[in-house]
Amino acid sequence: MIAFIIRRLFASIGVLIAVGLIAFLLFRYVGDPVNQMVGIETPESERVALRQQLGLNDPTIVQAFRFLAHAARLDFGISYQFKQPVSELIGARMPATLELAFVASIMSLVTGIPMGVYTALRRKSALAKLFEALSLVGISLPTFLIGILLIYLFSVTLGWLPSFGRGDVVHIGSWWTTGLLTASGLKSIIMPAITLALFQMTLIMRLVRAEMLEVLRADYIRFARARGLSERKVHFRHALKNTLVPVITVVGLQLGSIVAFSIITETVFSWPGMGQLFLQSVQNVDIPIMAAYLLFIAFLFVIINLVVDLLYAAVDPRLRVAIHGA
Amino acid sequence: MSEITVELPKSEPASRSFIGRVRDSDLLASFLSSKVTVVAGVLTLIFFLAAVLAPLIAPTNPFDPASNFLIDSLNPPRFVAGGDARFLLGTDDQGRDLWSAILYGLRVSLLIGVFGVLLGGAIGITLGLIAGYAGGRIDSIIMRIADVQLTFPAILIALLVDGVVQALLKGQNREETAFGILVVSIGLSFWVQYARTVRGSTLVEKNRDYVQAARLIGLSPARILARHILPNVMGPVLVIATINLALAIITEATLSFLGVGLPPTQPSLGTLIRIGQNFLFSGEWWIVTFPSITLAALVLAVNLLGDWLRDALNPRLK
Repeated sequence: MIAFIIRRLFASIGVLIAVGLIAFLLFRYVGDPVNQMVGIETPESERVALRQQLGLNDPTIVQAFRFLAHAARLDFGISYQFKQPVSELIGARMPATLELAFVASIMSLVTGIPMGVYTALRRKSALAKLFEALSLVGISLPTFLIGILLIYLFSVTLGWLPSFGRGDVVHIGSWWTTGLLTASGLKSIIMPAITLALFQMTLIMRLVRAEMLEVLRADYIRFARARGLSERKVHFRHALKNTLVPVITVVGLQLGSIVAFSIITETVFSWPGMGQLFLQSVQNVDIPIMAAYLLFIAFLFVIINLVVDLLYAAVDPRLRVAIHGA
Repeated sequence: MSEITVELPKSEPASRSFIGRVRDSDLLASFLSSKVTVVAGVLTLIFFLAAVLAPLIAPTNPFDPASNFLIDSLNPPRFVAGGDARFLLGTDDQGRDLWSAILYGLRVSLLIGVFGVLLGGAIGITLGLIAGYAGGRIDSIIMRIADVQLTFPAILIALLVDGVVQALLKGQNREETAFGILVVSIGLSFWVQYARTVRGSTLVEKNRDYVQAARLIGLSPARILARHILPNVMGPVLVIATINLALAIITEATLSFLGVGLPPTQPSLGTLIRIGQNFLFSGEWWIVTFPSITLAALVLAVNLLGDWLRDALNPRLK
């Protein structure tokens, strides 16, 4: 087990270093960092001094190592457009995005799994057909269209929900802010979270349905029936449990993409999160923020991957045996 | 190495015409047996025709500033009270005829989608063939890159590539470069799936007798890959390409909507929706509605076709 974890850890670190090097290449070779930092009328001597001070004259290898070392300490330099440390900018906006992603994933799980189970068990029923039709529409509608539709319905026409922003936020600890504790914050998060959750929900529903159908055809289900177990027990104790393994993986891996997809949702709803910051940095070629965001997503993915692998071992006894045997 | 050229006999006499083969195929039968698929197919065909024929159908050229007048701006659609008979679906804030803008936007969206899929497919198929056939270190390098890229959602990669290419092309006219930048961003974000699939099939195919035979008569690896293995791994690639076309169209629309795609002077469907969103609260609902419906219908139709193709080509479901 420990050997397994260590092996996974090394693989994860490898991915992070690879992404870090890409981030470094972006930082160093897309545009000139010095030109981005100084004004037009800065004299050449100051530019040379700054170049020396930033260590841009050192060998590339040294620079790459320095970049990675700084990144490991969450030091990504100064944003070109805001003239503030990147880590502060991202840190200030991280709670908004993570909160949104968290609420959206819960939403998609709570709706997607039951819908998937239902459509698999009652394939012929009208409701199942409706769910399936909805899921196809959900996959075909681009995220931003869903957001616009919701705004049109609930903000413009009905006037129930705010169309932008996070509402009032409460500070928790030194840097975390939450909108989940105020009425306006809760109202504000509903539409962005639904927008973000809808695509994940259809994905989870389709996956659970496909896995469930596969599992229901397996021999052990037939045996369970032959043993005279109730349908309920067969479906939920035997079938559902076995479909959950791939579902865990996909849901876990999707968490990273929820955070990335929130770029779109945050733009539609003017949600003050990291996605908006990233989009601004793409528009203004603010490489330090782009590099930091890239690394953040990679880090998130690596962590989630690790957790998923460990959960695997916890859920599936066969894997535990295989790991011990290896 | 000595080149040995052997004239191989043609494997199958081309006695049956292409149309005859299509008529007798299972594929056509399964296509016609599903009403939804037929509707999706017809819809897709209409969209493609409308895109190709846009200059002929559209009453005005929305890309030509001389044919738009600000005095016509924000006209509601013809069938609504206060609508102008000249503008079927109304006009936007620039006085552009929305119907024409949608036709041209459809053209742009489909063009970028198709080229993006072609580029992604070309990169992915080539790398997949090489990885599967060469094996060893080359294989593991290519697949590692694919793994790392899979870490990131396609839209993020597309945004990054977009940002980087724009930075590299700094100073160039955005209107001239936007199209190419979008195609490159989409192509680079969607190659992984092709590469993985093609690699998998190549691993199976390369040990088959016909490949051994081709190797034995001294054909170069490039020729074996292109002429012998490639045709046998194309089935799944077609399915991926269809589904990816829908994804590519969505990605282009999303990038344009986010403001890093096509500029308002040559709008795609996404750009039109971006423009229209600004008028949501002031009551000009048509600017955002019609492009949105077009985009959703287009993506839905292509998705349905992709779903059908996947099931039809999957022998396990027969």
